[in-house]
Amino acid sequence: MNLRSRRKLVNRVALALSLGAMAFGLFWLLWILFEVVRLGAGGLTLDLFTKMTPPPGSEGGLLNAIAGSLIMVGAASLVATPIGMMAGIYLAEYGQRGWLGSATRFINDILLSAPSIVIGLFVYAVVVARMKTFSGLAGMIALALIVIPVVVRTTENMLILVPNSLREAAFALGAKKWKVITLVTARAARAGIVTGVLLAIARISGETAPLLFTALSNQFWSIDLGAPMANLPVTIFKFAMSPFADWQQLAWAGVFLITLGVLLLNVLARVMFKEGFK
Amino acid sequence: MSVSAFAIPERAAVSAAEQVQISARDFNFYYGKFHALKNIALDVYTHRVTAFIGPSGCGKSTLLRTFNRMYELYPEQRAEGELLLDGKDILGAHVDLIELRARVGMVFQKPTPFPMSIYENIAFGVSMHERLSRSAMDERVEWALRKAALWDEVKDKLRQGGTSLSGGQQQRLCIARCIAVKPEVLLLDEPTSALDPISTARIEELIMELKKDFTIVIVTHNMQQAARVSDYTAYMYLGELIEVGRTDSLFIKPQKRETEDYITGRFG
Repeated sequence: MNLRSRRKLVNRVALALSLGAMAFGLFWLLWILFEVVRLGAGGLTLDLFTKMTPPPGSEGGLLNAIAGSLIMVGAASLVATPIGMMAGIYLAEYGQRGWLGSATRFINDILLSAPSIVIGLFVYAVVVARMKTFSGLAGMIALALIVIPVVVRTTENMLILVPNSLREAAFALGAKKWKVITLVTARAARAGIVTGVLLAIARISGETAPLLFTALSNQFWSIDLGAPMANLPVTIFKFAMSPFADWQQLAWAGVFLITLGVLLLNVLARVMFKEGFK
Repeated sequence: MSVSAFAIPERAAVSAAEQVQISARDFNFYYGKFHALKNIALDVYTHRVTAFIGPSGCGKSTLLRTFNRMYELYPEQRAEGELLLDGKDILGAHVDLIELRARVGMVFQKPTPFPMSIYENIAFGVSMHERLSRSAMDERVEWALRKAALWDEVKDKLRQGGTSLSGGQQQRLCIARCIAVKPEVLLLDEPTSALDPISTARIEELIMELKKDFTIVIVTHNMQQAARVSDYTAYMYLGELIEVGRTDSLFIKPQKRETEDYITGRFG
């Protein structure tokens, strides 16, 4: 076999292997999506969005769980995004030198990779045990603690990607540092930062462990942040484990809703990222 | 020019009519422990183009970046000695960097349009120093774009992003942005090295035009460019200023052997 046909063969084998790996990964993903749609789409009725979680054997929907999830995820994102962005800006624009920056970066990395159940237990010990009640507030804090490190990391990474020549050019025009950051570098990194925030929101919208010990769940309508709050992940957990067929159907419908929401957030993130780099 | 003019020191060859805008004496610069500029003595004249030439790493950009104290962004860099703008100290701790940079503008090697519209790119620098009404700002933007010979190409798309322009247009946008602040001095750090020959020619024409209003210092590693656009040329090598003088005499009859070797291509 001469050299050229050998190379062609190696090329084909490598291509076949990587195609195979891709197909293997995609197979499971598509299977999951297929099952979610098959079992969940049937539960998509008007009742799902208008009625509360029912006792076993009666009619009901997921309204309180959907509302609770939206409130906690929304509030957690609103609180965590500015904190995470400001910390990320500090790390990228001020904390490149010195011990404070590297210490913060190290701790943030630990927080980033901490299992969410650890965060759930932490909030249980610090908030729930002291307030002597499970609450929406505790759930929100737990979710915010998961979002912050993700936003810190993406903000820092995206700002570091902004070429230094852009900073120098802004400084050379006589701009103060905070003007350079807010008007030039943060703007240049905008698309990447927004993408990171959206992906973090997508991540917490499906988190169960941190809510199990904090917001718990609630069978009734409640938007009181001081009381246990219904939410999709824990409701799904509870209903899916139950022996009742109508609860299981609602669990699948909930899974379908979360999947759809996360998918939409991901698509939105991709579109934003592309728009930003035109 | 009489023959005897070559006999006297090069600085004396400068006609008495020239006004000094920037002057350096016993000027030294360090990157950490590295001694990058050694005992520089140099005058930059008002409304003249001064070119810094020399091989890579000779310190020409380093010297340029001290005129607006760009090096301040990097704590390990420091300057020592005397550096004056219109007879006033540039290096002192009391100097207002924002005011200094309003008076000494800078254009970089790679075009650096900000992620905003063409109009906002120019308004950005102006708004750091002046509060202008809407119409005054419109006028200023047009004035700067006309000065930078870019107005006709962009007047219908001022709201478009600065990055949508071609490389040469982006560089002229950066020049417009710089002169919109109405500085006295323009520092150009290899402004054409990332551009094609046609864009380069346009920038060079622009430099000749702009020297009526601004004092220009240009770093270039293109000797032909220095010969074409500059009135004075400074040749630097390994952090030292080897020779400075009128561009025509420096290129035709350099005083120092090292300068001659460099400009004739025997070295570099």
